[in-house]
Amino acid sequence: MNALGLVFSNIHDNNVPELTQERTMGSIPFLGRYRLIDFALSNLVNSGVAKVGLITKSNYQSLMDHVGSGKDWDLARRRGGLHILPPFGLKDNVLYSTRLEALRGAKNFLARSDEEYVVMTDCDNVCVMNFDKILTEHKAKNADITLVYVKKDANDVKDVLSKMIVSTADNGRVTDISFAPRVQGEINLYTNVCILKRTLLQTLIADAFSHGYNHFGKDVLVRNVNSLRIFAHEHKGYFVALNSLQSYYKESLKFLDKSVRDEIFKKVDVYTKVKDSAPTRYGASAVVKNSLIADGCVIEGTVENSIIFRGVKIGRGTVVKNSILMQGTITGENVSLNSIVADKNVVIKDRRVLSACESLPFYISKNIIV
Amino acid sequence: MIYKKKCMAMLLAGGQGSRLYALTSKIAKPAVSFGGKYRIIDFPLSNCVNSGIDTVGVLTQYQPLLLNEYIGNGQPWDLDRNFGGVHILSPYQAKEGSEWFKGTANAIYQNLYFIKRYNPEHVLILSGDHIYKMDYSKMLQRHIETNADCTIAALKVPMSEASRFGILNVNENGEIYEFEEKPKKPKSDLASMGIYIFKAEKLYKYLEEDEKLEGSRNDFGGDVLPRMLSLGEKMMSYEFSGYWKDVGTISSLYDANMDLLGDTPNFQVDEKSWIIRSRNPIAPPHYVSDKARVVNSAIVSGCEIAGTVENSVLSHHVEIEEGAIVKNSILFAGVKICKNAVVENAIIAEYAVVEEGATVGAITDDKKITVLGGGYTVKKGSKIEAGEIVEGTL
Repeated sequence: MNALGLVFSNIHDNNVPELTQERTMGSIPFLGRYRLIDFALSNLVNSGVAKVGLITKSNYQSLMDHVGSGKDWDLARRRGGLHILPPFGLKDNVLYSTRLEALRGAKNFLARSDEEYVVMTDCDNVCVMNFDKILTEHKAKNADITLVYVKKDANDVKDVLSKMIVSTADNGRVTDISFAPRVQGEINLYTNVCILKRTLLQTLIADAFSHGYNHFGKDVLVRNVNSLRIFAHEHKGYFVALNSLQSYYKESLKFLDKSVRDEIFKKVDVYTKVKDSAPTRYGASAVVKNSLIADGCVIEGTVENSIIFRGVKIGRGTVVKNSILMQGTITGENVSLNSIVADKNVVIKDRRVLSACESLPFYISKNIIV
Repeated sequence: MIYKKKCMAMLLAGGQGSRLYALTSKIAKPAVSFGGKYRIIDFPLSNCVNSGIDTVGVLTQYQPLLLNEYIGNGQPWDLDRNFGGVHILSPYQAKEGSEWFKGTANAIYQNLYFIKRYNPEHVLILSGDHIYKMDYSKMLQRHIETNADCTIAALKVPMSEASRFGILNVNENGEIYEFEEKPKKPKSDLASMGIYIFKAEKLYKYLEEDEKLEGSRNDFGGDVLPRMLSLGEKMMSYEFSGYWKDVGTISSLYDANMDLLGDTPNFQVDEKSWIIRSRNPIAPPHYVSDKARVVNSAIVSGCEIAGTVENSVLSHHVEIEEGAIVKNSILFAGVKICKNAVVENAIIAEYAVVEEGATVGAITDDKKITVLGGGYTVKKGSKIEAGEIVEGTL
């Protein structure tokens, strides 16, 4: 695939403020052993993209630590590979605040590359997407830009006002892109995944800035609906964009359903940082029901309807229900947890009882001792 | 720039492992799966890296394909280095002809040119079929402090079992004065672990001499070490006291896997200070359904469990369907146990399938272990008797 990937790691940080307090959207831990960026990177690599620029802004230590040299995604390469693009600014500049400004910071990276196309994607979503197929469609339609959208019910989309909605003609050509339209029912929600020629992207960025524009959606896409051949591609498989702690919790637990798991993991390999954890050890008193358990855990208590990350310890007599315990959570004996999201390395001492409800899980931040 | 290594390791991984039967029909013993997540060779390789040894030659001979692929460039063990790292050494054709490795000593002899490239002061000889965690740097330190020509790692074994091992008779300083290979009446319970550190110069000298000796089997334990002792070289023992298991037989491989289980396992692989590294599978966390029952077991990512699993070790991507029962067993990667099948006291190799209602093995008083080779399919409703060993197709 003659394309490079551009991944925006911070763009949606404000959606899940609890989890992004000390990390980027891309480095939010997900599903026992992944970080959100794993899905974007794996999709790019599985589509045949061999060069990826990772655009960062703030709090990106955890992200750097996770992706390292890119080895685990086969992106540690002499030619291409993973390029981390930290904020690029002059002394008097502040950090970028929009996607377009972020892109401007990547202009040298774009200029130095020789791939013909660019695939842009965010880190807030979990899906399996084959960009190679979308690119083929893009070429067949002689498109300038292809936007990927999903059909969603307007009521299910939080903060629909800030989202872009696309309208298309029968041939897939985008006829209108709007923010906050008065819509009900099914909408075509833009996923912030798009494909276009690298040189076109460079031109669009330069033109926008020469006119004092700074918003990629409003100023580049909306203004060019008629002057460019913008097409839309519907992504039909599983797709979720995480936009709150509740949606993080709800969508995570959906993976306890085999059909959802198979949607992602039976189709492709999802790569992540290798940790060399030992196998998970179940004790004689372990009781586990309907749960996903990563490697390196020691389970001596009860776990139900939960997602347990690597290196978690569940003590004797402890009961964990409907919860997400991130890497390194240690629970003592006879603890009771219900509807808890525990961030990394939380310690919960003996006999503590914490209970929230499924519609509003309780979040315990990193390194807290309860 | 002239390079020099203080110590490098040579890992003997050519063994056929004929006593592992169906498990080693197509793969070399060091590549046999262990503990769900590992292969046997991960232990000596991880020990090397954790001990600060960054140059390892792996001598392969028997069915090396999978082993070569597994080791690859050594990246999982941080052994992809500019100078050093892990190297696979297979028998090769030289000007004087080509030869398979005869004994352990001959295998090293044939690769002396490789060792000399690194110009080491000391050479550590390891074997690829033991499960243990050992800090070789401590042994090296003792070897240097005592100015030994050769140091042999040794382990106290029960006197009743001593006659199965090479026994070292040592004086109070740990200096060896006698070797006894599998003695009928052992004088000591100190057994050789097959781990040696040589001064490089001595190793070169004795291997070159041994090669010229008529009647030598070119074996370290049988020929080279006794000869060194008889010629007055300083031979020291280094006593090791941790967990160590030769997994050369079905029952010892089985026992070593079982040692990973229990609330305080006999052998712990989750020690933060001594991580055992391996080539990790690409798989999501394992899933345990609400019909499942999992106790006292070790499970790895990618498994889907809906049946009963007791006292067992499951490697990645194992599938246990509803109503199936797995007890006291070891299942390698990708094994599938279908509905209502029963597996007891068995070792089932990669991608074997036990179809619906079939039975494999049984719990017997004499603890017979049933073995299924890789890729074998046990047909619906059929039975594999306890203690049977079935060749696989992979």
